[in-house]
Amino acid sequence: MKKNVLIIGGGPAGMEAAHQINKLGHNVILIEKEHDLGGHLAKWDRLFPTGRNAREVLDTLKENMKGINCFTDTEVKSINILKESYNVILSNGITILADAVLISSGFDLFDAHKKEEYGYGIYDHVITNADLEKYYKTHNDERIKNPKRIGFVHCVGSRDEKVGNIACSKVCCATAVKQACEIKEEFKDAEVICFYMDLRMFGRGYEDLYLKAQKEYGIRFIRGRVSEVSENIDKSLQIKAEDTLSSKPMKVSLDLLVLMAGMRPSKSGNDIGKMLELSTMEDGFFNTKDDFNNLQQSKRPGVFYAGVATGPKTLPETLNEARSAALEIHNYLAETL
Amino acid sequence: MIYEGKQKIWSDYQKEIPDDHYFYVRSCIRQSFFPASEAAFLHITRNILNKDIFETEHHTTCGGIAYHSDAIPQETAMTIIARQFALMKKYGYENYVCSCITSFGLYCETMETWREFPDLKEKIAENLWKSCKLEFAVPKFLVHASDMIYKYRNQIAAHAKFKLVDHKTGKPLKVVEHIGCHYSKMFPSKGVGGAEYPYVLAGMIEAWGGEVVDYPERRHCCGFGFRQYFVKSNRGYSLSNTYKKFESMEPYEPDLIITNCPGCPYFMDRWQYVIAESEGKTYGKNGHGIPVMTYEEVAGLVLGFDPWDLGLQTHQIGPEPLLDKMGIPYNPEEKYKGKNGKDLGQPRQLDCIR
Amino acid sequence: MIDFGFKLSPSSRIDLDKVDRTLLKRIADMEPDFKKCMACGSCSATCSAGAYKATSMRRAILALQNGLTNKALEELESCMLCGKCTLVCPRGINTRHLILSIQKICGEK
Repeated sequence: MKKNVLIIGGGPAGMEAAHQINKLGHNVILIEKEHDLGGHLAKWDRLFPTGRNAREVLDTLKENMKGINCFTDTEVKSINILKESYNVILSNGITILADAVLISSGFDLFDAHKKEEYGYGIYDHVITNADLEKYYKTHNDERIKNPKRIGFVHCVGSRDEKVGNIACSKVCCATAVKQACEIKEEFKDAEVICFYMDLRMFGRGYEDLYLKAQKEYGIRFIRGRVSEVSENIDKSLQIKAEDTLSSKPMKVSLDLLVLMAGMRPSKSGNDIGKMLELSTMEDGFFNTKDDFNNLQQSKRPGVFYAGVATGPKTLPETLNEARSAALEIHNYLAETL
Repeated sequence: MIYEGKQKIWSDYQKEIPDDHYFYVRSCIRQSFFPASEAAFLHITRNILNKDIFETEHHTTCGGIAYHSDAIPQETAMTIIARQFALMKKYGYENYVCSCITSFGLYCETMETWREFPDLKEKIAENLWKSCKLEFAVPKFLVHASDMIYKYRNQIAAHAKFKLVDHKTGKPLKVVEHIGCHYSKMFPSKGVGGAEYPYVLAGMIEAWGGEVVDYPERRHCCGFGFRQYFVKSNRGYSLSNTYKKFESMEPYEPDLIITNCPGCPYFMDRWQYVIAESEGKTYGKNGHGIPVMTYEEVAGLVLGFDPWDLGLQTHQIGPEPLLDKMGIPYNPEEKYKGKNGKDLGQPRQLDCIR
Repeated sequence: MIDFGFKLSPSSRIDLDKVDRTLLKRIADMEPDFKKCMACGSCSATCSAGAYKATSMRRAILALQNGLTNKALEELESCMLCGKCTLVCPRGINTRHLILSIQKICGEK
């Protein structure tokens, strides 16, 4: 008899894992709280470092999902922990007896309102990285009106004890540099400035992106965290930062400020964690069974992780984790037959 | 500016302000800087709003000036504060209201320190007993006097004789609100509206018909900074901070600046003269400066108190343009008359600023 | 005028709104590699002149970006054009040539 694998979260990690586990011959049920599959990927326009269309990546993931049981607009109501399985009651009234559970609950974008000093939701021309991706998709955002000078603030809600997150969100640097190049393409006469603390361009092709941003797009990188944003009488923004390389405070007026909101553990993922009594690290993301040898397993037998549920990751890393989790689940099911 | 965004933040930072029964402590310097402000506060709360506000001549300074000037250690300041709190208890009160922002900040800091370090709290209680034979107490509610006027702002508006409105055009006056740094920058949760977008004064301005000016250097310190002002060679730094604020608010053409700190209104008032004298620049119309007032003075004007009874003649910047806009009658002959018509003597008229 | 014994303090703040970018653009047009600097400091670390006098290619580039032309020239004043900075630059900027261009463009009064 086929074994049941419940996947919680229909973002890239959940979708890719569903595809792989299905191919390995198990019965997959994927649930997603939103109306559409794809998670944050569905809201993104292009991907770093190459500018690959996010839609194409998502379409492939969706194509691979064909024939797999999938409930959207669905959440977990409760979980009964049985001896060798999990009895999961869903918000749509369906009950699933799962032999294995994969948590691919991903992340919530840091709520930029919490950085009050940046004035998101207060000043007219302050937006987030997610808002900008939406603009790239729709070209419809009242806050973006032919800006002449644009700023990007890295590390918004990341590396910031004040908002309760000392961790780096890993993807924002590359996203900021990507978005900076893209906005420069859009508004060719605009001056674009990135305010960074450290530039973490660690992945393949990322450094090339940085170099391109400097050389081809003339983007200015200022090493300093923005301390304060306020609004000028003409609705432009006044930004204060330190140019730490000059050791001098700096002031600049901008027509658009983009906040690189980081990754926080997803709230709905946390709820699942409580139901399954799973532990998290200080950063709020789930604890894996082992830091090196068992990255996909939780400390509870039969419960697995893939993607950002265990900390910030890039999209390729997330997809690899999904494949890895599929294999781990396959082995687990074989052993517990 | 998205007003709803600010409202959301304001709703996150609401503190409990009891309605009645307060032990009131005065500021060291406000009575000479703004001679009628504290009297106006007591008059408004006691006689117009019928609140029980108790004060005793036995209270002292909170020690803030000495503490912030590094003249006394923290433990000494804390013992002085413990004595103030003990007096509150002795007279049967548990709500504590202070007139001074420096005091308010220091009280917050002290209460927070006692919470974090109970051993130190014990030691201070012991100091207090040894030195004064008074019983240690901590207020149940600590508020600044501006918190109370904020709380009563709508009641005051209901009694209003004048509004922060140009009576000729019906347009709201443009009002800059300046919050003392120690009101909420150290402990954002202790201030109405938090630290980035404080609502305590903005709420009064709105309730009394004015329009709040949010200018780029709104959050900037007035520059008083104790040591920066006290040492003459540092005074330029103090002046520069005020100058920066005025340069930033200038395009908005404010009609009035309202403040809740002892130092800020004094310096924002007096430095306008120094700027006029040394830089030849004034920020109001026709050689006038921008009137700078305490929230009690503004509340008093709104309630129809005589401007000279409110001590507005002691300000560097004449209040007359504001009084004219609000339609408040005043007798120029009486400006420099004290109680019972006593002649206070006239200050020298300046050419550079009015 | 009254002498108060104190006066407005000059601001040390960099105001990017007031930076005239014409010179910067001319340099960038002539030396496109100039924009590639990532402020690593290799040039300054190895600078023959920098050990004795305030000389720094890195600071000169930063000064230009912040509109401080005179400061940039000062930083390069003691340069002996030895070319060690060009050898070490990880971004492959021809710093020696850049110095000559900066002096040529910014030196014109």
